Amino acid sequence: MSLDLKFTFTEKKDTRSGFGDGFLEAGRKNPNVVGLCADLIGSLKMGDFQKEFPERFFQTGIAEANMIGISAGLAIGGKIPFAGTFANFATGRVYDQIRQSVAYSDKNVKICASHAGLTLGEDGATHQILEDLGMMKMLPHMTVINPCDYNQTKAATLAIAEHEGPVYLRFGRPSWPIFTPADQKFEIGKAWKMIDGKDVTIFATGHLVWEAVVAEAMLRQEGIHAEVINIHTIKPLDEEAILESVKKTGCAVSAEEHQINGGLGDSIAQTLIRHNPAPLEYVGVNDSFGESGTPTQLLEKYGLNAENIVKAAKRALARK
Amino acid sequence: MEKQSIEQLQKICTQLRRDVLRMVHAVQSGHPGAPLGCAEFFVALYFDQLRHNPDFKMDGKGEDLFFLSNGHLSAGWYSVLSRSGYFPVSELKTFRKLNSRLQGHPATHEHLPGIRVASGSLGQGLSVALGVAQAKKIDKDDKLVYILMGDGELQEGQVWEAAMYAAHHKVDNLIATVDYNGQQIDGPTDKIMDLKNLKAKWEAFGWEVIETKEGNDLKSVIEGLEKAKAFTGKGKPVLNLLYTEMGYGVDFMVGTHKWHGSPPNDEQLAKALGQLEETLGDY
Repeated sequence: MSLDLKFTFTEKKDTRSGFGDGFLEAGRKNPNVVGLCADLIGSLKMGDFQKEFPERFFQTGIAEANMIGISAGLAIGGKIPFAGTFANFATGRVYDQIRQSVAYSDKNVKICASHAGLTLGEDGATHQILEDLGMMKMLPHMTVINPCDYNQTKAATLAIAEHEGPVYLRFGRPSWPIFTPADQKFEIGKAWKMIDGKDVTIFATGHLVWEAVVAEAMLRQEGIHAEVINIHTIKPLDEEAILESVKKTGCAVSAEEHQINGGLGDSIAQTLIRHNPAPLEYVGVNDSFGESGTPTQLLEKYGLNAENIVKAAKRALARK
Repeated sequence: MEKQSIEQLQKICTQLRRDVLRMVHAVQSGHPGAPLGCAEFFVALYFDQLRHNPDFKMDGKGEDLFFLSNGHLSAGWYSVLSRSGYFPVSELKTFRKLNSRLQGHPATHEHLPGIRVASGSLGQGLSVALGVAQAKKIDKDDKLVYILMGDGELQEGQVWEAAMYAAHHKVDNLIATVDYNGQQIDGPTDKIMDLKNLKAKWEAFGWEVIETKEGNDLKSVIEGLEKAKAFTGKGKPVLNLLYTEMGYGVDFMVGTHKWHGSPPNDEQLAKALGQLEETLGDY
């Protein structure tokens, strides 16, 4: 039986291309926008900006710590640096540099992290960071954003260029359905209720928002009406939207391409436990590293796809 | 700013040393050794070399800027900043105390004028300074960026990432000084992790290297900085190897790592201050 999806797509594209296109547009809008990359310009889709604004783009070579420091310096000088590399090297490898020179020093640096999560695929666990959201959200002053498709990533990239303060922007490698509108307004810190429901809320972020959309249709076939909320901003978290939804549905699922420890689900649990203790089931990686495989295979094996969201929703419902 | 005589600058150095010792003594914590050794550098920079405005603006456009990468020299930096008008000298008494703008290591969080980035975790300052220097280039601002690093700090890998980058990108509006005192917290650098031939290392990385052999002689320090300045704008970053003695100015503190991170007690303070005349008035 085919699914009656509330959101559909005609095209797939990688979210990193949304970043690259948004970055170019931000550069055209504001001459203070500058770019840096640690030998991954092609992978990060930063080449068009580099070509158009060579004097505002800095190749750092394979030296991420230095790139973060230079970004802080450029920000001191009034520039708006977008520093791009893989999410693994943009966080764990340079945590202390981000902590001291960017977050504690409150510098207007945009850390742009591609190839996050399991959907990086075949490169395997060395590159599949699943701890980055946790590390970044723990840092005071840091805004953490994880958009869901090409259009939302592009909109988010334009939004962070206008936002004053350090930002971690996470996106990915795989070709992914484009199911959100091209003309969307991206409001940092404002959750987006994509589908209304009454029985259970699915809070999803990044690539798993699409899986949540699919899961909603699957649940509906069984007479369960799920609400789907796109949490593109992990920090600051839209607690009001979370509480309002759970007040109505009475239970929830969090879905993210990240460790359960320290991820979006953890943040939602903190919110619920303080204001409205309600059943919450986690869809995320359970204290393990990833491995090589295709994105689809990996989401299945590690329990992150739509089927797993459906199961989690039923578990949450049973606990109401 | 009107140029001051060497004698006048020397008086500021002596007062800076008194400030440092009294500051670390008051809270029985902090790092007296290295700032004592860098007094001449701090004073030469802030009272003779920098084209700067103590009416502090974060972006520093149109000004020479200084960054302290080895943030544990904070007591010395705070002293020279206050003595050159960035904030009241009386504020030095709040050093390392609760609710102070004078944090143990320099920070921007409390908005202390003169500080543009936090430092303390070593090895990060050169990268930050490079970014500022490149922002100046984009803005066609012809002023310079100065930075001080410790010699022990050069054991951090990030410094060499930055060194490679600076030469590759021809960041020639930057003067990096290394406080070459040969000491670090656990002992002499050649025993802890030998730096070997620093001049050759920096030259191999593509830098113009000058040596200031008498880093505790004001005239030499100024000459060294003038020479360094003359090498800017020529396509290469400039390194100033500043030979200093840790703990300089106090006979029982000089030339040893023992005062790197240890404050004097009451008796030691009295003895040390007895060797340093109060020239500008204690805070």
